[in-house]
Amino acid sequence: MKYALLIHAPKTYFEQRDDASTQAAGRAYGQALQEAGVFVGGAGLESPLAATTVSIRDGKRQVHDGPYAETKEYLAGFGIIEVPDLDAALEWAARHPLASRFSVEVRPLLGSHFAAAVKTSA
Amino acid sequence: MSDEVARTAIEAVVRESYGRLIAFLAARSGDVAGAEDALSEAFLGALRTWPDEGVPEKPEAWLLHAARNRMIDDVRHRQVRQRVRPWLEQLVAETAASGAWREELPDERLKLLFVCAHPAIDPVARTPLMLQTVLGLETARIASAFLVSPAAMEKRLVRAKAKIRTAGIPFRVPEPAEWVERSAFVLDAVYSAYTAGWENVSEAAAGRGLAGEAMVLGRVLVRLMPEDPEARGLLALMLHCEARRGARRTSEGEFVPLDRQDPARWDRAMIEEAEEQLRRAAQVKRLGRFQLEAAIQSIHAHRAVTGRIEWREIALLYEGLVRVAPGIGAEIGRAVALAESGEVEVALARLDALAGERVASYQPYWAARGHVLELVGRAEEAREAFRRAAGLTEDAGWRGYLMGRVEGSHGGLEAEREG
Repeated sequence: MKYALLIHAPKTYFEQRDDASTQAAGRAYGQALQEAGVFVGGAGLESPLAATTVSIRDGKRQVHDGPYAETKEYLAGFGIIEVPDLDAALEWAARHPLASRFSVEVRPLLGSHFAAAVKTSA
Repeated sequence: MSDEVARTAIEAVVRESYGRLIAFLAARSGDVAGAEDALSEAFLGALRTWPDEGVPEKPEAWLLHAARNRMIDDVRHRQVRQRVRPWLEQLVAETAASGAWREELPDERLKLLFVCAHPAIDPVARTPLMLQTVLGLETARIASAFLVSPAAMEKRLVRAKAKIRTAGIPFRVPEPAEWVERSAFVLDAVYSAYTAGWENVSEAAAGRGLAGEAMVLGRVLVRLMPEDPEARGLLALMLHCEARRGARRTSEGEFVPLDRQDPARWDRAMIEEAEEQLRRAAQVKRLGRFQLEAAIQSIHAHRAVTGRIEWREIALLYEGLVRVAPGIGAEIGRAVALAESGEVEVALARLDALAGERVASYQPYWAARGHVLELVGRAEEAREAFRRAAGLTEDAGWRGYLMGRVEGSHGGLEAEREG
């Protein structure tokens, strides 16, 4: 089953994450995902200051500067992993270096649960 | 054969095997709601055909086949044959070979229990989910015990079952490393089924409570995880509390505190069973919340033999409880036990330390405070505390008792789990 790991962090985080230890921890985590063979894709994201939001209304394109909504926490990165079930996904989410500081949301990708039904029966 | 006989046969299967059938089907598909739908279709089919054709020799096997066929149909409709085929083939193979099926059908209920009490499931849905999937209880019955509308309970259950399927919560028994943490969720959910039936004793008497169902779950748990001392501790705790059901009220419905109950009215067989469970739990040497709580009840039960209550031992056990499972209930219990064993000033200081928002509307705190103040001899403040407690309870019998304390009639205070 494929899961998205969505890392939510407060605005302040985006200004202070360039330090070497944060980056090293991120790299180590990415490497662990790769070596376990569960990594499908993912990346860290630039600050919400760099975000641009697009929508089409009445056939017209609307573009505005900034993230979709002003909130306390912003998406700071995402990963997609392929693991047998939620417990395994939660394990990986808990290992994310930001899980101990902020929050990692775990969500199944749409339509992937039938594959899991087959796997768990094996 | 009459409809009556067929219905009786079906009801017997529901009681005996519902949870096993659901667990077996859901553990393979990962879909509790789908398994329930398929099984209820199978029950409908049985109601249609059994009156004419007779009850099959192995009713469970018949139902399992019918439910399986229904799930296969369902899956075909979803046009995912390719991906689900291995699962279907396995299901067909397993259910085809159902000779003496009770022995052969693997009991997957433990996995189902761990799914129901998975940390990813909303805590308020865990107990209802267990009661429905493992015991086959109707939503309306569960809703009534938890004092919510059937519609609200239905919504809660539907949401939880959808989460199991879409989030991919696995049907598995946790590894040893996560066992203590994960099994605690299962035990808590069973215990909250018991207390849902307890909080209002008069309603329990009217058949709204779930204490009986919780006891069934407790026994299933001990059978499924015989090595877990806390499962035995939980069963022992429930047995001790159940043993006093007949002694908890006077014939007029008035509340009788535990230390004033007539031990002759306690159920001796239940107490002995509780003690046996505690002994077996102790052999494992892993103490936990439920063993401690059961041990406290065990000391109270011992009054039937010695005629007195060892409050010092109770205070010690509460001390352990405050450490293992900190909570306001344990702190209040500890304070009362200290007061009863002579350390009234310490007890009062402990209660003072708890004061604040946490206890402002917490009835057991004010009842305990009243009791301890009375022991210290601060009668006026004691009356005030009892009055406050009386204003916070929902139960008429307990209110009557507390108002009696306001009037100054003396009595003990072990309210057990009341309130």
